[in-house]
Amino acid sequence: MSIVDIIVFSLMGLGVLFALLRLVLGPKLVDRVVAIDTFNIVVIGVIVLLAKVFESNLYLDIAIIYAILAFLETVVFARYVEGHKHDNR
Amino acid sequence: MTIVSDIFLVVGGLFFLLGGLGVFRMPDTFNRIQAGTKATTLGAFATLIGVAFAEPSWTIKIVLIIVFIILSNPIGSSAIAKAAYKSKQIPDNLVQDDLAKRGEESDNV
Repeated sequence: MSIVDIIVFSLMGLGVLFALLRLVLGPKLVDRVVAIDTFNIVVIGVIVLLAKVFESNLYLDIAIIYAILAFLETVVFARYVEGHKHDNR
Repeated sequence: MTIVSDIFLVVGGLFFLLGGLGVFRMPDTFNRIQAGTKATTLGAFATLIGVAFAEPSWTIKIVLIIVFIILSNPIGSSAIAKAAYKSKQIPDNLVQDDLAKRGEESDNV
């Protein structure tokens, strides 16, 4: 694990932290869904970088499955939000 | 090869950070959608290409992930934007509202 990997992990961790802050603070339901979407994409990057660090091919399969599940999650949450008119949570 | 990989990885991490920061700092919902989707898409590209330069034998799977992200991420963000519009959770300072002219705001609940 080189110094570059540590720097990149730190940057990704800060990105995840800000997305999670928006998930907690988000004034409306849509903002939380956007935060979850951003969080998922950053986590895909983290998994692929873990594959490089551990030098294992398996993490790429995990990243593919995580990407598919993240896309499903986003679409399902979007459909759920559509039914909540004037919902200011 | 290692230098190129490291440059791509650092650029990807920076764009991930900018995406998270944009989601946290932008003032309203549509700005948050575009910040959180475009910046993280470019960050994912750069990170994946960096890993592909570091381990050239993984290129096929990494290209698969890139193609999936380039297909799924804009679809997800447009689904979120449509949901935000239909559920009226949008800012009230819109300059132009073309969907309202087409009568799309009242159907499909």
